[in-house]
Amino acid sequence: MIVVNTETVPGCRIVELKGMVQGNTVRAKHAGRDIAAGFKNLIGGELKGYTELLTESRREAVSRMMAQAEALGANAILNVRFSTSAVTAGASEIMAYGTAAIVEAEA
Amino acid sequence: MEDPSDVEAIEAAVAGLLYVVLPAVLLLLWWAIGRRQERRHLASLAAREKAVADVLVTSLRGFPGAAAGGPPPELVCGEAAIASDGFKTWVFGLRNLFGGESRSYTRLFDRARREALARMAEAARARGYDAVCNVRFGTVDIGGNASGAGRRAAPMAVCTASGTAYRLAADA
Repeated sequence: MIVVNTETVPGCRIVELKGMVQGNTVRAKHAGRDIAAGFKNLIGGELKGYTELLTESRREAVSRMMAQAEALGANAILNVRFSTSAVTAGASEIMAYGTAAIVEAEA
Repeated sequence: MEDPSDVEAIEAAVAGLLYVVLPAVLLLLWWAIGRRQERRHLASLAAREKAVADVLVTSLRGFPGAAAGGPPPELVCGEAAIASDGFKTWVFGLRNLFGGESRSYTRLFDRARREALARMAEAARARGYDAVCNVRFGTVDIGGNASGAGRRAAPMAVCTASGTAYRLAADA
């Protein structure tokens, strides 16, 4: 599956648009990571737990979006965008959305 | 019998220790550790940005200089959560009273965004691409780490970067 945040794919033409697809997830890290982050906030530096949280959330959201596109019979998702929202302390929602399409290599 | 003025002196010493010396020592400690963290991070960023300097990163919607054929483009992302330190947080408390730019927090967000962008470029490189277009930045509100009710959320800069990785033409 071709997943891009551009409207076109070089060397490919869009054969059919399948409509919007999206995937979202709300995730949190266990309390230990939150406590560790609290200490980190005194000394500064990267909050690895929260970086990980974002990476995991984004992968999950993208894979759910890809599953939707696959179910529609698409082989590409174009113009992918991310949206986030605050849920509560130590958690975040990440949503990925894009346009599912069938593309084929230009002759 | 103890002299009441001795008791008063001890009380004053304890209060001084609690409210002046201890916070001052803590602030100094946070400042020193926070500065060290920031310098190390900036050094690491500079080195890694240099290593991915040959990746063409643009916010253009097209594919400037794209190779004909080659592997299909791919979405690449990077994210970073960088914590404030106790000193920065305290200084911002003052800044918030007087207003104006908080340089330490401006730098904090700059670091988080550069880190996210560098990780995105590294992801593109690791997958065999040499260009990323249509780069977008985002921020995430994790809401601090205030797990208990009533605790203040911890200040942090959480940034994301995403773009489409592709191959450049050899002559570009």
